[in-house]
Amino acid sequence: MANLNVQVGALQLKNPVMTASGTFGYGLEFADFIDLNRLGGFIVKGTTLLPREGNDYPRMAECASGMLNCVGLQNKGVDYFAEHIYPQLVEHLGLPNADAAYPIVNVSGSSPENYAECAARINALEHIHAIELNISCPNVKDGGMAFGTSCEGAASVVKAVRAAYDKTLIVKLSPNVTDIASIAKAVEAEGADAVSLINTLMGMSVNIERRCSNLSIGTGGVSGPCVKPVALRMVSQVAKAVNVPVVGLGGICNATDAIEFLMVGATAIEIGTANFLDPAITVKVVDGINEWLDAHGVKDIHEIIGCIK
Amino acid sequence: MKHLTDLLVTAVTFLRDDYVLISLAHPDGKMPACEPGQFVEIAVEGSPTTFLRRPISINWCDTEENRLDLLIHIVGDGTRALSQLKAGDTLNCLYPLGNRFTVPATPSKVLLVGGGVGTAPMLQYGKVLREAGHEPVFLLGGRSAKDLLQLERFEQIGRVFVTTEDATLGEKGFVTNHSLLQKETFDLVTACGPKPMMKAVAAFCREHNLTCDVSLENMMACGLGACLCCVEKTVRGNVCVCKEGPVFNINDLTWFD
Repeated sequence: MANLNVQVGALQLKNPVMTASGTFGYGLEFADFIDLNRLGGFIVKGTTLLPREGNDYPRMAECASGMLNCVGLQNKGVDYFAEHIYPQLVEHLGLPNADAAYPIVNVSGSSPENYAECAARINALEHIHAIELNISCPNVKDGGMAFGTSCEGAASVVKAVRAAYDKTLIVKLSPNVTDIASIAKAVEAEGADAVSLINTLMGMSVNIERRCSNLSIGTGGVSGPCVKPVALRMVSQVAKAVNVPVVGLGGICNATDAIEFLMVGATAIEIGTANFLDPAITVKVVDGINEWLDAHGVKDIHEIIGCIK
Repeated sequence: MKHLTDLLVTAVTFLRDDYVLISLAHPDGKMPACEPGQFVEIAVEGSPTTFLRRPISINWCDTEENRLDLLIHIVGDGTRALSQLKAGDTLNCLYPLGNRFTVPATPSKVLLVGGGVGTAPMLQYGKVLREAGHEPVFLLGGRSAKDLLQLERFEQIGRVFVTTEDATLGEKGFVTNHSLLQKETFDLVTACGPKPMMKAVAAFCREHNLTCDVSLENMMACGLGACLCCVEKTVRGNVCVCKEGPVFNINDLTWFD
């Protein structure tokens, strides 16, 4: 068994496998299928300061080797998370517990101030050691991706949150930009402990009989194996541009996919849409990475992280 | 408890050219209990255009017989690939998902309204109602006689009334046109089928002060309440059809706002 431990900010992950926000609920929905504590961490549903109803149905369409969604950050707000979900996570994971997976909260907002206020309320939760800042949601008008598509916008949100949040801060980047590496550098300069990428790619899906979009707001975020080549290229670019750890995601469906991301420079990975196809996929990827490393005589996962320059 | 299992295909029976009944068995010899109205998310192999699992309602479940039946209407590449399964194959199933149809606490006369392949879950529901001492009455509608399936099995459970749009079987018209609705009354009406049909049934029940549940079929991805794709607007806000449904009382929905 190879050493799978990796470090992201202050988090000592027992393995590099986490889940992508919005594809894994609060983790508890998957507890019938996997032992959550076998994961390095898992990132729960996008959380905002105030409750959000999200966009109208239909919010989902299939495409070749993937899907589009325009959920629009439906959630019950940070206070609901703190009062109702957090205690369930603490109990289920047996926190504090050295062998536990890290539950990480994905935070979204519509102004630097309300991002910071939401982060501050999560900062107060003793057993949540990290947040992932979503400056890249393509499905809400007021904020989200608006911040993540310029260096100034991204820096302004990270600066405000950094002042309010003193634990590990991961910033999730949008691929819907010309130069993702410059945005990664801008958030690193404001104190991000890590970056994660990619969020979904903006796309469309059309019904030709009804002559309309298949999605209620016209566009949606594309995810699944069809986006993996784009994600790999961006992770590779960003890993070369920043000194903080990079968390790679985008279409990972098996251990081979995960190892590809590690080789181009990701320190950890997130599994997203594949959770819908197989709710036990995460632990299969953990086992698969381990088997591959053993089969290739690799004693420590760091031997392969960033091995492709 | 939800399960993720490679169930064994024991039989694939074509009921018409475009409807197929797939019978499954659990490899351990005992099928986990499934409540009426619950569904299965199945992984479709061999269809490049089918990326996500497909939600299919449970037509019949018998734990002791180790049997789970899914009735599938062949409409696209994914369902066509499913129809080509053979006895001895396996089918990866995520189940049982969702809430359940209402089984009243006191002896009741329940009208089960099914349209098209929406008749499928009514067979299991009727069986459970009958076993619990209720009187299930079936009102099944289709475009034509060839769209009405399993009639002899429904007749073993309760009285069956039929409508077809082309008058090839039963009364002509939609289920809401059937004379039964003028002659008898019911403690509960449950509908499953195309949304316009369910809305018509719901409107009839509202007008006549009848309790009415409907089973929704919104497009979904995960089936577990994680992705929030399949939401329906309710008086409590947007909720997942896969987890808080698929069965809703019409008073919880916002169809008539």
